[in-house]
Order: sequence, then C-alpha cells, then structure tokens
Amino acid sequence: MLARDEALKVLAAHYTDGITVGVYQSIFDWMQIRPHPLNYLCTGAMGQAASHGLGIAIGAPNEKVVVLDGDGSLLMNLGCLFTIGHAVPENLVHFVIHNRTYEVNGEFPILGSKVLQFEEIARIAGYRHTFVFSEIVEFKLMIKHILELVGPVFVNLHVEPGESYRRDYVAIHSSESRANFRSALHARLFGHQPENEPSKTSPDYSANEFHQ
Amino acid sequence: MTANTLATLKGSSIISALNDASVQTVVALPDIVTCAGLLWPLSKDPDIRLIPVCKEDEGISICAGLSYCNQRSVLLIQHTGFLDSLNAIRAIAVEYQLPIVMLVGLQGMEPDGRDPSESDHLGIRIMQPICEAMKLTTYLMNNDASAEMLSSEIEKAYEISQPVVFLITQHLSDD
Repeated sequence: MLARDEALKVLAAHYTDGITVGVYQSIFDWMQIRPHPLNYLCTGAMGQAASHGLGIAIGAPNEKVVVLDGDGSLLMNLGCLFTIGHAVPENLVHFVIHNRTYEVNGEFPILGSKVLQFEEIARIAGYRHTFVFSEIVEFKLMIKHILELVGPVFVNLHVEPGESYRRDYVAIHSSESRANFRSALHARLFGHQPENEPSKTSPDYSANEFHQ
Repeated sequence: MTANTLATLKGSSIISALNDASVQTVVALPDIVTCAGLLWPLSKDPDIRLIPVCKEDEGISICAGLSYCNQRSVLLIQHTGFLDSLNAIRAIAVEYQLPIVMLVGLQGMEPDGRDPSESDHLGIRIMQPICEAMKLTTYLMNNDASAEMLSSEIEKAYEISQPVVFLITQHLSDD
C-alpha cells in the first residue's frame, strides 16, 4: 500500500530544496507538503510536465530536477520518454504517480491500467535507472539512493489516494507563480533576479479549467 | 516578386542568424521544407545543441523550460505540427508570455511566390489567420533578406518575453 501523499512526504523529506515540476493532484499535494518557490506549477497543457522538466534540466545541469507526472498525463505524451532517453539529462528524476484514473477530471479510469508498465517503456527508451514501487516501506528504503543516481531516472509509484488536499487551480496558472519560480531559479543559478520578465499586468488564465 | 522568380532562402542564412542571436539550442521535428537545408546542417553544427523530439508540443515545453534558465532556443517544426500543438502554444507561449521562437515550414506551399493566404491547401491558408487570432507576432521568410531580420526578432522576443512565429514558405536551399 502506497498512499500518494505519504509517498510525497517521503520524497519531501529527502528532497527539501530542489526544483520540482508537477501536474494535477500530485502538484496540489506537493504544494502543501513541500511549499517552495522552486516548485514549477505552470505546465500549461496536459502531458507536458516531463518536457518542461527536460528543458529546465538541460538549462540548469547542476541542479536536480524532479518531475511529478501523472499516469493520464504521461499517456498523452509517451514520446517524451524517448526524447528524454535520447537527451540523457543526468540531473532528471521522473516520477509517475500511477493511480489508474484521471483523478481531477472525475476519476474516470485511464486506458490500459491493468497492463501498463511505464518503467519498462522508460527503460527501453534509454533511462539509466527505472524503479516501480507499490509499498511505502520499499520506497522509503530506496528514495535516498534514487536521488543520488546519475539520471535520467524513472520511478513508477503505484499509489492509492491519500488525504484530500486542496486543488489550487489559481496557483497552477498564475503569473505570480511563474514569477516566483523565475526569481527563485535565477537567484539559485545566477545569484540575482531576472532581467526580463513577462508583464506583471498580464491576466491569469484558465483558473477553472480541468482538462487544459 | 512574381511567379517563378523566387529568391533564394538558404539554410546557412538562418543558421547565421541563430548564431547572431546567441541561440544555443534548436528543438526540432523533421520537416521536408527545412530538413535538407537546415536540420541536417544543424545536426552537424558543434555550436548548436540539437534536441530531437517525438511531437511538437514537447518542443514548446522544452523551449519554455530553457527560457526560465536564460537559455535561448528555437523550435523547428512543420505547420501541421504547429496546428497539432495549438493548445500548448496557446497556454505556454501566448498566455504565459514566454519567448517561444517557432520556425515553421509550410509543407506543400506552392513554389510560385504566392502568399500563403492564396495557397490551394487549407492547412496553409489558415496559418496566418490562426496566428492573428492568437495574437502571435508572425513573419514570412521567403528569401535571405527576410532571414536577416530573424536575429533581431529573436532578440526582441527574449527582451519582451513574447512568442514569435516565422513561416518558411519555400524549401531551403543548400549552399
């Protein structure tokens, strides 16, 4: 048994200060379990988390980048596994939170939930290390090692719903979230604030969209 | 420009402009319009990092991630891939106001110098109206002179953090 929020708490205990790119319920949980300006919330379109993560991982090669993907999201962008496998970002750890449903879109089941082995596709695609967990005890034992590996690393977490966390759609689309991430990243990478930023007066979009 | 008097658009002119604009990365999916004249030479260019992708919307996101790290990139795709990626372009490039630079080959564009709005192909005819509806700054690239403004427009896109689209209307020539 692996409750999603318990798994994320285990990750947060070992990954306290790094860049995280996430989607949907996982990022809603994560924002509250590990609030941090280096949480990249605004992926914009379903399926795109790992691709944003790859861009950041290449652009910031000395920083660890953790992606919290969803199973439905990854199904929409399976090719990204091969793109990542080809690019071989050593600093990328790609988790898929595999709950077998489109949870925030009404809990309708994803296709192939009984046969999907994302970790096998990732392995074939070129990820250096792949893991699958369905028990919290095993995940706890391995997480430190996983975060120390040279990537790309893929981790398939077979989870059950845990505690219900608030779904903050405003945050995952807000210009403020993007500006906060940009500022924190530039401070981390360059030791100063960004020089060019999108307009602070830009409207925030799509705050109530479910399927983006 | 009249029919059958097309000026030349060389891939090397575009590569030169990318270098002038300090573009470090090209994210690409092969397109018959640009493959021989641009993508293959880029794949052999030691000064450019080439990231091949499986689908165009991946490229929008990769370019977005790079932009947060102050790294300049260009997405090289075909217009069909642009159309397929409209939701990602809508959200990530337009609404999030990120400097996503798109070089888009108009596959199937008639080689007679006509404007894309006059193409026989629906997919080409709708490109400019869609870009206009999305408030995307859009330029036609049909000769080496038009490639010259590429560098300054990339600079501008990053300066104001806005996307920009360059529609390549003819097959690029090798040198």
